[in-house]
Amino acid sequence: MKLGVLCSGGKDSLYACGCAMREEEVACLISIRSANPESYMFHTPNVHLVPLQAEAAGLPLVEVETAGEKENELEDLERALECAVERYGIEGVVTGAILSVYQATRVQKICNSLDLWCFNPLWHTDQEKYMESLFTEGFRVIIAGVFAAPFDETWLGREITREVIDELRAISGKWRVSLTGEGGEFETLVLDAPFFRKRIRIYEAAPEYANHNGVIRVTRAELEDK
Amino acid sequence: MILLLDLCFREGSLSFPEFVSPIRRIVEKSGGEAETIHYSDLDSLPTGISGIILCGTALKDNSYLEHPDRFCWLERSRIPVLGICAGMQVLARLLGGEVVRAPEIGMTEVKVTQKDVVLGDERIFPAYELHNFGVTLPPGCTELAGSGCCIQAFLSRERPWWGVMFHPEVRNEWVVERFVGVSLSGPAD
Repeated sequence: MKLGVLCSGGKDSLYACGCAMREEEVACLISIRSANPESYMFHTPNVHLVPLQAEAAGLPLVEVETAGEKENELEDLERALECAVERYGIEGVVTGAILSVYQATRVQKICNSLDLWCFNPLWHTDQEKYMESLFTEGFRVIIAGVFAAPFDETWLGREITREVIDELRAISGKWRVSLTGEGGEFETLVLDAPFFRKRIRIYEAAPEYANHNGVIRVTRAELEDK
Repeated sequence: MILLLDLCFREGSLSFPEFVSPIRRIVEKSGGEAETIHYSDLDSLPTGISGIILCGTALKDNSYLEHPDRFCWLERSRIPVLGICAGMQVLARLLGGEVVRAPEIGMTEVKVTQKDVVLGDERIFPAYELHNFGVTLPPGCTELAGSGCCIQAFLSRERPWWGVMFHPEVRNEWVVERFVGVSLSGPAD
């Protein structure tokens, strides 16, 4: 089955992509660039790096821009999926949704209306095992944005290692923070994945931070040999 | 041991982690052991099973309905069975009901109209739906719960078979937990 993977550039969508590659044929990545930083569906700090990730994975990319207005952005998603069907013949869509009923419901409805399969291989996954798998399977992931207490600016740009997972576990035990950041407490950026032919190297990045809210905006990155 | 029946379009499919693994985690968290088998791999009930859960499938996946003969062995068992969404459709068919178009995607309100050991007291609770088809009430069954769209839960009066149309793994894990409790309190087959 030919599938398109909805990709934000973060760990969940690219891990889901790896799951899909093991079982089916991933025909393309699909990325929605939102102009609205408050978008519930699509905003991520470094979505502009998805083209580099697609190149690293050797996958074509369908990229659609959206103003990010609440329900209009769903029409933009539908347009992106239609485009992926037309260009790459996808029969289904893969997402990295873990717990968000809001996001999952909307993608399911659009897939249903377009007669597409919808797969969510991380849906209600064991978050401990998932985070561990990221590390053991060779994903290189950095924290690209923090949006909740107690995260401070020192978290920006940190790579998710076993020690960082331990710290996140301790934080999630004390604060209302999910281990995976599924509640939007932090965002991630994937620099390398087991299925990447090359990895991403960041040359320039600008951190912005105030009051437990911050992002690291990558302004220059290139692919390098693994 | 709780037997989890995978009803997805093929063994080891990309739908497995979405529809079977979450149920397995709830069963194990409830103190039960779980064994997972694809429905196409089973002709009879394995020994030592205390309860069976027929798991759901992707919205577009109705392939299990094309193989009703693969579920006949269920009729010979007397242990508790819980059918979730696709599983409810399989149970309804075995009991003489019909699968009918009744789409629901997302959160809805489920109204429990009949107090029950698994569904609990009469009340309304929010539940996650992911189906294009519902069922008619099979003969010999009691409707336990409904939504504005379709029957949300039934129980056979002749055997301990429950069907739920909503997905309890999303925000209603207690349904699976109670079913595991009922299953483990009785004898295994």
